Amino acid sequence: MKIAVCIKQVPDTEARLRLNKQGTWIEEEDLPFVINESDECALEEALQIRDKSGGGEVVVFSLGPERVREALRKALALGADRAAHLHDPAFSLGDPVATARALAAAVGREPFDLVLTGSQSDDLGWGVTASLVAARLGLPHAWLVMGIEVENGGGSARVVREMEAGKNEIFRLRLPAVLEVQAGINHPRYASLKGIMQAKRKEIATLSRAEIGLAEGEAGAAGSRVEILKVDFPRAGTGARILEGDVASTASQLVELLRAEARVL
Amino acid sequence: MGGVWAILQHREGKAHPGSWEAVTAAKRIAEAIGSTADAVLLGSEVKTLADEAARTGVASVRVADHPALASYVPGPYTVALVGAAKQEQPRFVVFPHTYQSVDYMAGVAHGYDAGVLSEVIALQAGADGVVWTRPILQGKLQARARVRGDGPMVVSVQAGAFPAADRATGQTAPIVPLAVDAGALQAERDLLGVEDAAADVVDLTACERIVAVGRGIGGPDKLPIIRELAAALGAEIGASRPVIDNGWLPRDRQIGSSGQTVAPKLYVAVGISGAIQHLVGMKGANCTVAINKDPGAPIFNVADYGIVGDLFEIVPALTKALLESRPS
Repeated sequence: MKIAVCIKQVPDTEARLRLNKQGTWIEEEDLPFVINESDECALEEALQIRDKSGGGEVVVFSLGPERVREALRKALALGADRAAHLHDPAFSLGDPVATARALAAAVGREPFDLVLTGSQSDDLGWGVTASLVAARLGLPHAWLVMGIEVENGGGSARVVREMEAGKNEIFRLRLPAVLEVQAGINHPRYASLKGIMQAKRKEIATLSRAEIGLAEGEAGAAGSRVEILKVDFPRAGTGARILEGDVASTASQLVELLRAEARVL
Repeated sequence: MGGVWAILQHREGKAHPGSWEAVTAAKRIAEAIGSTADAVLLGSEVKTLADEAARTGVASVRVADHPALASYVPGPYTVALVGAAKQEQPRFVVFPHTYQSVDYMAGVAHGYDAGVLSEVIALQAGADGVVWTRPILQGKLQARARVRGDGPMVVSVQAGAFPAADRATGQTAPIVPLAVDAGALQAERDLLGVEDAAADVVDLTACERIVAVGRGIGGPDKLPIIRELAAALGAEIGASRPVIDNGWLPRDRQIGSSGQTVAPKLYVAVGISGAIQHLVGMKGANCTVAINKDPGAPIFNVADYGIVGDLFEIVPALTKALLESRPS
């Protein structure tokens, strides 16, 4: 099967975050970046489906600045066949609609049997970009996918989708479709040394706004209705009473508070 | 261009609680832009629910009633809502930010040629228009955003961000049918069934005390200190999603929007940063203790007591203090 995978490079979830000087985003200097967790699961799923189908190709797409090449290189090391980097200053500061416009235009340049991606990015977390890609490509889609079984020689898939309160919904979807997987659908593999060596010879195509056929006002900030003005740390609100002191003293303070004040022991 | 629509989500005749929160958000948006709020209901034989919505102080309840809309499938729901929106031109379409509604709201936005603003937690009307707040970076930060132009927008509101609308306002809004193009309601999903995500071996919903562990634990080999703390407290062990996804604990221990919703007397969150998906599952806890190395972790905003530091030192010390403090 020929599978497109859209990935996003995001700050490592363990990284300590600082605001930039203008307070419009986080300071990216010295910030470690990784492939978004659910996108990495989407890639793993794509590799497994490709290998099970006995052939085909996994093509990875990512939009973002120069640093994104590192994420694409890692995807190639994990086993993707080739990659496309949507790389153009015109793409920056896009809202979900503008970003989906670009991704759909890039993915739509060639036919795919399946488009896989994560359900939500760990940075902006809009959770709707891939569904917008599906809508633009005129493909059925599902959000929060926890299981995919390709059936019928690649004509359809049996999809398990997470619902609220610990229930899953199971349905059949015709392919091609856009499936947005949840982290936890699989355990992504680690790159092998051989994979890392092979990745160096694999192609990363660079795609600009003009190359994917978008007009100036369609991409990035210029093509966006939503503009982020400021980011900041949530106000503490009432917040927790933070216990001070050495480890042993905070522990005994807490036990005393739980017993005498909160009365929960 | 006109009104503000709140889309009511329901299942088996009952409204999802987020529906009433969406109604409140829609009313606030309407107030901010000088418009009116309407409740919108897609379904089949939903008279009781429509009557309930009519008492929330909305201007009207718009009902698309058709057998193909009886239960949620994205295709028919999207087509029905897009058709209605194109006809009536609402300025804002407000959904609860739920697993069901977000699944199709992007399709609605695309069909209606609207912008999208998901997971809103607050809005503020100002001189330059409405400023919208939403969590980013898994709740560690918040972004304030504005919407350019006056084209239509599709918005979703996070659970718990707005209070549920009062359904006993004493008012009764008119219930108006929405035209549905029945021929276009093609389901692209062939529903096969519904299953439990995990065999519910442990019912955490009835527990009085829970020690919940998050990504900060680092790996399953570190779990024994959590088990010892739980034993000292007489507590069950729960976990946030990353712990489950990594396979460190079974899925029936998951607390949060895709797991169990708990309301214990005591909730000890260890190494949990406090992403909104986790908080919605434990906000009913009577007393919450947070232990985390990051003083900026959002869990500290909802906790009653917090200890900032290395959980691998604090947890054993806490276990020791508990055992020593036991009346002999």
